[in-house]
Formats: sequence, structure tokens, C-alpha cells
Amino acid sequence: MDTSNLKKVDIIFSKVDNPLQILDKALQKSPDDIINEIIDSGLKGRGGAGFPTGLKWKFTKNEDSDVKYVICNADEGEPGTFKDRQIIEEVPEKIFIGMALAAYCIGAKEAYMYLRGEYNFLKKDIIPKMEWFNNEIKNRGLDVTLYLRSGSGAYICGEESALFESMEGKRGEPRNKPPYPTKAGYNNKPTSINNVETLVFVTMIQHLGVEEFKKLGTKDSRGSKVFSISGDTPIPGIYELELGMKVSDFVREFGDGDTKAVQIGGASGFCVPRKNFENTIIGFEGIPTGGSVMLFNSSRSMYNILHNYLDFFVEESCAQCTPCRAGLQQLLKGIEAIKRREKPASYLNELIKLSQTMKVASKCGLGQSVANPFVSIVENFKEEIIF
Amino acid sequence: MQEQNELIKILVEKHGRTRNALMPILQDIVAEKQFLEPSDIALVAEELDLSAADVYGTATFYTFLDTVPRGKNVIRVCKTISCYMSGKDEIINALEKVLNIKVGDTTVDKQFTLLTANCMGWCHKGPVMLINDDVYHSLTPEAAIEIVQQYKEKSKN
Ligand SMILES: Cc1cc2nc3c(=O)[nH]c(=O)nc-3n(C[C@H](O)[C@H](O)[C@H](O)COP(=O)(O)O)c2cc1C
Ligand code: SF4
Ligand code: FES
Repeated sequence: MDTSNLKKVDIIFSKVDNPLQILDKALQKSPDDIINEIIDSGLKGRGGAGFPTGLKWKFTKNEDSDVKYVICNADEGEPGTFKDRQIIEEVPEKIFIGMALAAYCIGAKEAYMYLRGEYNFLKKDIIPKMEWFNNEIKNRGLDVTLYLRSGSGAYICGEESALFESMEGKRGEPRNKPPYPTKAGYNNKPTSINNVETLVFVTMIQHLGVEEFKKLGTKDSRGSKVFSISGDTPIPGIYELELGMKVSDFVREFGDGDTKAVQIGGASGFCVPRKNFENTIIGFEGIPTGGSVMLFNSSRSMYNILHNYLDFFVEESCAQCTPCRAGLQQLLKGIEAIKRREKPASYLNELIKLSQTMKVASKCGLGQSVANPFVSIVENFKEEIIF
Repeated sequence: MQEQNELIKILVEKHGRTRNALMPILQDIVAEKQFLEPSDIALVAEELDLSAADVYGTATFYTFLDTVPRGKNVIRVCKTISCYMSGKDEIINALEKVLNIKVGDTTVDKQFTLLTANCMGWCHKGPVMLINDDVYHSLTPEAAIEIVQQYKEKSKN
């Protein structure tokens, strides 16, 4: 591993002796000062979309409303992603501090963590820790309370507006945007929603200082990122790495010597074939990711992989809009028909066009991103899909 | 019926009567009895002053809020990509055999329901299954059978 070009980092999981000191130190600053620091740090959301965190907080702060909310998105449902679970298990207090600071900065009194139902087993640890933390912030005179809410097995509820619907006791169907959450989120009030890891970075930027954070990564991808690595690798697991690395360097470290493709960003991400390893960057300037990286070696059928992804989307689509609902059915039936020789290979081009239509016509990120895996797998592994 | 009334009354007291309390209430009912009966839905709707259709609409959206009868132990085997690659089919076959049911079914003694589910956040340690809220990862067919046997033993005592 000495020859590695990857820079391993230990920010997220590092143990801090007295984490509440981070909170105390930060609370001596004004909300605007903290927000400006986060903007300056270049921190972008770690949930996948990569929106600048400081700006999100600024927009929410600037909304004129007595009631505002902070939400920590712990719905982690993207296939191949499991880092938030480990963060919640190992350093929950760093998440809580991030939530409390978000509330302090935007002017919210309630901060919710929305934890996926699959992680219910974490509750017995999290709930007492949250109670302890609530007490600590009360003692500091901060009028903020943290709450826990649970999901019930629906991937789409990780999409922010579906998450609000779910918390409001409704079906998890995404809303039209605009309005954006910063204006009308949970209960139609200004809401700042962030991924688990993003909130821990906020805490750690307060702890280490903006300059330390900025030393890592590239101009477009500041800092490090926790990766969830699985598939054909001898060392699957959770790794914090500097952003902006080449896929080839990544494969050298994590591959099994026979890697033919890497899927970056989960089922809704992109498939990179071997010939592109050298010129593809993992980061916001290349392929952005919520942290899921999956390796496939030459024993794997890319047809089966694509089929598994499409099965996933068919089941997890909320089915409220036609392009996504009908499009997914057609893509799945389409590749099956080509495999069975009921449709000519040229039919693949029509399916690609269909997925691109879904990208523009679907209501939310789920339908919009199906083209990512579909086109990148079909175009790079045409033979495997057809024969 | 009496017991059911009590449970729902307690939950409504605990979580409140607003629509925002609906998910926590339904989740707690399922935690207690594994699925929602039509009468549960009707009662919750009445307590929260919602239409039963509305409550039913919410419940049926969520995989974990079952509205059909389920066994005391609900097994969900992950079938998404990493677990598919690490052998979820063998796990499902082994479980079908030891429980003598197919995926989707419940054993005659109502002790087990066998289901599949999507990615559970343990992709580096597949194959994975949940039994109720508990996670079992890095499964082999033998280990999966052994775990189910332990639940069977427990239910006897
Ligand atoms: C289908 C879908 C699923 C999503 N699931 C998650 C999720 O599980 N966790 C998450 O943090 N963001 C998820 N997101 C992104 C959120 O909508 C939102 O952008 C994010 O929580 C913002 O936090 P960040 O800026 O800190 O990344 C999902 C988006 C889509 C379209
Ligand atoms: S794109 Fe799919 S998941 Fe998103 S709103 Fe439309 S049907 Fe629902
Ligand atoms: S694919 Fe099975 S836990 Fe993620």
C-alpha cells in the first residue's frame, strides 16, 4: 500500500476528547460568522447532489419565518452506501453538534434526524444519547431540541421533499420544485436539510479550522469524503479519502486485479469501464458521489447488474409521474426482450432515448437519474446486453 | 379488540393527534403486532380525525407498514446488487427450505414471514438479512438456517 496515490484521511471518525467544546467554541461566534466560514471552506453536501452547505444555511437563515426546521437526512438508501450507518454508530455526538449549529445559524428550534427503518436497531443507542445532548444544549441556554423520526422502508424518502411528506404522515411522493426546502420544506416552513456526513464536516471544520479542511481535495471538491466500497474487492468497507482522485488509482488500491468496471454513486450513478479509469476523476468535477463505489470483475454479467438496478428502481419509484413509472417498466421489459431476441439490437438506441426523456420529464431525482446507469452501462457493454 | 383500543389510545397520547404523528403511531403498532389490520387503520383515522382511506394510503406506501397478516418474525433478505453478487439466492433457497415456505409467505404456525427487500446498508458484508429490527450479515446458508433455528427455539420457550 506504500505505493498508493490515494490520501487516506481521518476526520469523520476521529475521536475528539471533549466534543462539546467544539459546540461551545462555535457558539461564541455569530450565526453569520459560522455561515461565512462554511461558505469559505467550500463544503458541498455529501448526500449526492453536492449543493454548497453554507449557502443552503444562508438562504434558510434569510427567510422570514418564526418557525424553521433543521433535518439530518439519515435515510441512506442508495445501493452500495453504508457509511452514514457507521457514522451514526461511532460518532453520533458530532452529528448532533452539526444539527445544533445548523439550528443556531438558521434560527430553528427543532432539529430532526430522519433515520431509515432498516437502521431501527440503532435507536436504542441513539435515543439516550440524543436525550443527553438535548440536556447539554439546554444547559447552555440554546433553545434547540433534537428529535428522531423513522422511515419505513422507502428509498424515495431520502429525496428531501418526499422525506418532508413522510414526516407529515403522507405517502413519500416528491413535490414539485420550486419552492425549494430553504423556502418551504417540512410543514411548508423554511428547512435546511443535510446529509449525516455533511453535518459532521461542519462540526469538524469548526474544530480544525477552515484552512485545515481546504488543504484537502481540489478547487471544485474541497475536503475528504467517506466512501462505501463493495463488490469485487478484497478489502470492502468504509474509507475516508481525499476527493479528486483518479479511478485508476482507486482501482489499483481496491481492485482484485481483474476489475472491468466501477460503478460510482450507487444504482443512480455512473458505470466507468476499464478504458476510462485513467481519465475519470471521482469528485464534483468528474463523477460526484454520495460515497458508493462498487467494483465489478470480469466474471460479472453487466446485463444482470443493469437488470438488478432496474428492478430496484421499478420497486422504489413512487410511481406518481408517468415518465418514471412507465419508462422504467419499458426499460426493463426492453432489455429482456432484446436478450430473448424478440427485439433487434437497434432497439437499444430507442431505450437510450427513452431514458434521456426520463431525465428531462421526470419529477424528481430518481426518474431523472435512471439514464446515468442505463446509458453508461449499455454504451460501454453493448455486447453483454445484447448477447 | 379491547387490547387494540388500549394500544392505539396509548400511542395517540404519546405521539399526539396531529397528522405529523401518523408515521410514528403506525410504526409503533407494527412494532407491536407486525402488521396493520383494517380495524387498526380505522381506529387511528378516528383518533386523528383523518379519513381511513387517507391513513390506508399512507400505510400502503411503505414496505415496512404491512397491511397483510405477517408472522411473529419477519425475515427480509436483501436482494440488491452487492448481496446479489455475494450470494443472496443461496440464502433465500436455504430459508425457503428450512421454513418450508416461499418468499412472500408466512409459516402455518404464524411464526415466520419470508420477504426480500432492497439494500439495507451492509453491502460490504453481504449477504444480509433483517429479522424484525435485527441485522445478520456475512451470511452463509448454514448460518442463516442456524439463526432461524434459534428464533424457533426462542418461540418455544
Ligand atoms: C431518490 C433520491 C434519494 C436520496 N436519498 C438520500 C439519502 O438517503 N441521504 C441523503 O443524505 N440524501 C439523499 N438524497 C439527496 C437529498 O434529496 C438532499 O439533496 C440531501 O439530503 C441534501 O443534503 P446535503 O446537501 O448535505 O447532501 C436523495 C435524493 C434522491 C433524488
Ligand atoms: S420521478 Fe419517479 S420517484 Fe420521482 S416523483 Fe416521478 S415517479 Fe416518483
Ligand atoms: S446490497 Fe445488500 S445491503 Fe446493500
